[in-house]
Amino acid sequence: MIRIENLSKAYHKNQVLKDVNIKLDSNKIIAILGPNGSGKTTLIKSILGLVIAQEGDVKFNDQSIVGEWEYRKQISYLPQIARFPENLKVLELIALVKDIRQQEARDNELIQYFGLENELKKPLRNLSGGTRQKVNMVLAFMFDSPVIILDEPTVGLDPVAISRFKELLEREKAKGKLIIFTTHIMSLVQEISDEIIFLLEGDIYFQGSVQDLINQNGSTKLESAITNLIENSHA
Amino acid sequence: MLKIFKYSLFDLIRSNWSIAYLAFYLMVSSSIIYMNGDITKSIISMMNVILLLIPLVATVFGAIYMYNSREFTELLLSQPIKRKSIFLGQYFGLAVSLSLSFILGVGLPFIIRGIITSPELSNFLVLIGVGLILNFIFSLLSFMVALRFENRIKGFGLSLFIWLFMSIIYDGILLLILIWFESYPTENLAITLTLMNPIDLGRVLIMLFLDTSALMGYTGAVFYNFFGVWQGILLSIAALSVWLLFPIYILLRYIKKKDF
Repeated sequence: MIRIENLSKAYHKNQVLKDVNIKLDSNKIIAILGPNGSGKTTLIKSILGLVIAQEGDVKFNDQSIVGEWEYRKQISYLPQIARFPENLKVLELIALVKDIRQQEARDNELIQYFGLENELKKPLRNLSGGTRQKVNMVLAFMFDSPVIILDEPTVGLDPVAISRFKELLEREKAKGKLIIFTTHIMSLVQEISDEIIFLLEGDIYFQGSVQDLINQNGSTKLESAITNLIENSHA
Repeated sequence: MLKIFKYSLFDLIRSNWSIAYLAFYLMVSSSIIYMNGDITKSIISMMNVILLLIPLVATVFGAIYMYNSREFTELLLSQPIKRKSIFLGQYFGLAVSLSLSFILGVGLPFIIRGIITSPELSNFLVLIGVGLILNFIFSLLSFMVALRFENRIKGFGLSLFIWLFMSIIYDGILLLILIWFESYPTENLAITLTLMNPIDLGRVLIMLFLDTSALMGYTGAVFYNFFGVWQGILLSIAALSVWLLFPIYILLRYIKKKDF
């Protein structure tokens, strides 16, 4: 579905991605992991065309995305920080995104699912961080896109919302979608992801299933396996 | 582009800033009319206020808006929509909302004072027109600066410096040059330097229309003598359009390779 080929990106002298090659296929939940500043967000943003790489290419269904915008009709994206125009109301924001995408949306269902019925007429500036993240979720999940990209989706969410989110993710996966997400919460990774891509200083340091990673490191828990992985890399 | 424009405009005209800006203009123009009594004099006083304040407000407002909507811009960029449409839509939303506050804030007091039936109507319209052009130019400049510099302090600093340079420092430099080269013919130099500053162009344009040569100053008088009224007016309008279109061209080129 998505192929990343020899992708390199540097901000000034800071090399963020170094010759990255990945194939991402449908019907999987893929976790992109790595310490802060390892290039996770840059990788995601290159797929979306927000970041323009110096070298290499990203292909969406075998077509290069350089200078293209129509392919984004098939991607839903949840950005890391949910900040919206302060004076718009929740309903207006949802209407705006629907208006832009012109695709069928199940916003009402998701508004109920995340319990946002009473927030709809409030301006976005009056919402708490967690509520904004729920609005962000509605925006990301309301279209039936074959690819869903989530950048730190659980930040600010309460336990109820997190479990709803996981449920939703499972349902989306069952539809045969490709779901890519970044997080720092290892229990979430262990619970829901089929595949891990571990980035370290702009390189792919590990790619495979959770079980592979645990076996490879000889530890019993993902968290310690990841810690071992980082420590070994510095040795 | 129209969709983004529509939503930016709705967002902006409901912000407290627009309302404060509108109230400010209502206050300034009512007090100028009240103190001057005479409508011609009011227009000239208003001109000085406009030439100084419109660029300042457009600069500050443009930078604030751009920095506040950064994350939202990111959300838009991830949607199936061209970059060009997003940024042109946001820019026009910004410039039009500023222009609405300005037109209402200056227009209402003058309409109440009876400008529509007065012979000064055309001069007043020129004043509004110049205000609008300066609004569009300076909000564009600060929009671009804020897009280029992610660091807000740098962005605000540079935008404010552009305003300060164009509205105050530039005239000082112009004056110094004219004094230094007193014994040489400086008309061409003065004209060239005026063409390179939109605020000076705005002033010359209003002066040429009002035909009050006593208030023209050196550059205005040079324009008047060199080109005559109509040619001078056309030239200033052409130069002001370049001041608008060239930055838009630069903006469109820049956003193609910008990372977010």
